[in-house]
Amino acid sequence: MCGIVGLFLKDKSLEPQLGTLLADMLVTMTDRGPDSAGLAIYSGTDGKTLKVTVQSAEPEADFEGLAEALAAAGYPASVTVKSTHAVIALQAASADGIRETLARIRPSLRVMGVGESVEIYKETGLPADVIDRFDIRAMSGSHGIGHTRMATESAVTTLGAHPFSTGADQCLVHNGSLSNHNNLRRALIREGIAFETENDTEVGAAYLSAAMAGGKDLGEALDGALSDLDGFFTFVVGTKSGFGVLRDPIACKPAVMAETDQYVAFGSEYRALVGLPGIETARVWEPEPATVYFWDHEKAA
Amino acid sequence: MPVFDLSKSSLRDLNQALHALTDGDNDTAFEVVNPRGSHAIAVGIDEPVTVDVHGSTGYYCAGMNDGGTVTVHGSAGPGVAENMMSGTVIIEGDASQYAGATGRGGLLVIKGNAASRCGISMKGIDIVVHGNIGHMSAFMAQAGHLVVLGDAGDALGDSLYEAKIFVRGSVKSLGSDCIEKEMRPEHIDALQDLLKRAGVTDVSPEEFKRYGSARKLYNFNIDNADAY
Repeated sequence: MCGIVGLFLKDKSLEPQLGTLLADMLVTMTDRGPDSAGLAIYSGTDGKTLKVTVQSAEPEADFEGLAEALAAAGYPASVTVKSTHAVIALQAASADGIRETLARIRPSLRVMGVGESVEIYKETGLPADVIDRFDIRAMSGSHGIGHTRMATESAVTTLGAHPFSTGADQCLVHNGSLSNHNNLRRALIREGIAFETENDTEVGAAYLSAAMAGGKDLGEALDGALSDLDGFFTFVVGTKSGFGVLRDPIACKPAVMAETDQYVAFGSEYRALVGLPGIETARVWEPEPATVYFWDHEKAA
Repeated sequence: MPVFDLSKSSLRDLNQALHALTDGDNDTAFEVVNPRGSHAIAVGIDEPVTVDVHGSTGYYCAGMNDGGTVTVHGSAGPGVAENMMSGTVIIEGDASQYAGATGRGGLLVIKGNAASRCGISMKGIDIVVHGNIGHMSAFMAQAGHLVVLGDAGDALGDSLYEAKIFVRGSVKSLGSDCIEKEMRPEHIDALQDLLKRAGVTDVSPEEFKRYGSARKLYNFNIDNADAY
């Protein structure tokens, strides 16, 4: 099944509550998938800092002295450790080659996501445990997406958890299963894109990243996905300032959305939305199949 | 009157109380508050009880209903009134996917819009939707009536058997083997009765078009291969 949630705030006064609101939404969706859970939180940008979220199976060994090792390699950075994850913040202008450097100085680290705004936390286990472990409720931000997984296409591992991030500040959560992911993965590998898992969703995420790297905006990339991706999907995507939803033309995977003056919210079920402020008077609807929905802070401003 | 507050009592308590009713019981008007999108509310009713749900429901509300009258004062999630046998289910708001699926009898009234696959594989249920319906509605529908006051989405009545479809608004596209058919006096009469039972008073049956099966897919015929 899998459960997806997403929350895009229009009202800045709600931003300190983003983590708590999103956490409650995801915990409600726990019974749609108990295998792993993850969240991506967008907390704005100062335009100068790049954040790299990394995960380690042995956090004590890997994170000890990481800041010093990065500085010695020419990447002065602050390292904030949260359980098995750490957020490395460094000068965006000097961030070229950071992935290669991390692979060299800490080969056991896995990069969850890179971006000016996004931080990604995901692990195997129930949403409530993942949320506590990373203190998600304390996080503020402008928008975020979350996922609780019932594994179908690949192993129950940290890397198999959602969200999948395959481009700066881009991430994707998925409910469904893609049937042409192997073919598409081969085509994307020929274009030079690297994959870390056998997971179908990673292919969906990489497809969108490749399309955007080729000059499309997210809306155009999602349009292309309708003809190039085969199978069932409800996608919820995040970008630095945007939030999008797409369902395949059959649209049998559930989705419900709500919009008020304060926010746009997505849930696999209405249950996920019942704790949101003003939900009783929100406009609630089911997104149409094969229709791209997209909101963007920059375009709204 | 029994009142179940689902923020305090469990769904199982509600459904067990409904199942425990027997012929001649006096507590026949139930209220449900704070449904908060819960699944399987008022499923398996088999007595002529009324249930008023104040708020929106999740999956399979009023499934398998046999003789009850369930009103949702809100919107309903996927599979509302699935496999209804008899009785009445009224949704004041919108309904999600496959409303009334496989229903064998009774009346389902949706006062808002219904999403995709409304009445899929219906087998005798009558469904009246005041608003619009989504794509693939009445797919493989076998018997009963689907009445739509608004518009219908893509592939209406795909692989239809003998269910009758009446649409007042536009139809985005017809599915395989579904065609528009003549409105004869008996259809006007049947539709008039359905509209009356669904509380529709300001609409005349003459405003509807009828759709039904062309019956080309009943037996395999190589000349019809394109239609399969």
